[in-house]
Amino acid sequence: MVGCGRVGSKVAKKLAKSGWDVTAIDEAEEALGRLGEDWPGGFIVGHGMDVKVLRDAGIEDADAVVVATNGDNTNIVVGQVAQKRFGIDCTVVRILDPARAELYSTLGLRVVCPTSSAIDVLTDAVKSCSIRPRAAAKAG
Amino acid sequence: MFILVAGGGKVGSNLARTLLRGGHEVAIVEQRRDHWEALEEEFEHRAILGDATELFVLERAGIARPPDLVVAVTGDDEDNMVICQMARDHYGAKKVIARVNDPRNQVHFDLLGISATVSATQSIMAMIEHEVPEHELIHLLELRKENLEIVEVQITKDSPSAGKHVASLKLPVGSRLISVMRDGQHEIPDPETKLEPGDQVLAILETGKEDELRRVLLKK
Repeated sequence: MVGCGRVGSKVAKKLAKSGWDVTAIDEAEEALGRLGEDWPGGFIVGHGMDVKVLRDAGIEDADAVVVATNGDNTNIVVGQVAQKRFGIDCTVVRILDPARAELYSTLGLRVVCPTSSAIDVLTDAVKSCSIRPRAAAKAG
Repeated sequence: MFILVAGGGKVGSNLARTLLRGGHEVAIVEQRRDHWEALEEEFEHRAILGDATELFVLERAGIARPPDLVVAVTGDDEDNMVICQMARDHYGAKKVIARVNDPRNQVHFDLLGISATVSATQSIMAMIEHEVPEHELIHLLELRKENLEIVEVQITKDSPSAGKHVASLKLPVGSRLISVMRDGQHEIPDPETKLEPGDQVLAILETGKEDELRRVLLKK
């Protein structure tokens, strides 16, 4: 788990709870606190761009890598390092910018874009109010 | 040529100015408003405000034409990698050049196939090697794509290779001596050439064979 912020820490905890052996990486030592006092996994302080940090976290032996730091471009690069350098097929990368998310999913990254999801959810929520747009109401 | 410069700091702005003077068409992208304002005074419509890793910003700067050359010289290596990758793989820019801020990130640029790269730290290190004799083996040129490099060594009287013919040296596979300079005269060595103390020898070799070569030519 590269990036242990609000999202990363919760993903790490959920995966650990369902039986995965998880190690989290974050630049800030305080990020360990987000994992709670009974955190059963590993934690490494360092930057995901640092290959030594990735190795210390056990990337060479990893079945899956999730990259969710707060920098889209860092995630894009670290995701490709995991995928191309360490050969990890199940590399999941969070990209907040929908444009870059779409572009990089066509370039072969497994991308999750929470912004796109939010856009869909918000639009659907408005539609579910069962009120028609005024222009459509006038016309119909 | 049409050249897109991403990053309007000292490097980017000086590049843009020099390129413009050379008659090129230039667009320069800078995300900090205060920096961009200074750029706009000088470069007018050629200075674009925004994050050069955002597609709509790049498109406003003309990435879709695409440029003949994209130069990514921001202070952030991840940004430079992403800019080059998108410019090349998505928009079909013919050539990309990236600045490497932290030399430890060079491996990532290589992994993503981004060349050429320019690193101030590495350039200065190469000069230091050239100035400081105890480094023994000086890197003159790195042909990254070909995985080859050209190095220079100075033969001393203690070198195991001194007084030997090139044919009798057990040079590592994947290396060759290409020039011997003696008393200001260059010679392209053949198997009969005898190395002497004071010779400056140039060798071409596969990256990673430096230690083997050093052992054969220099080690006491």
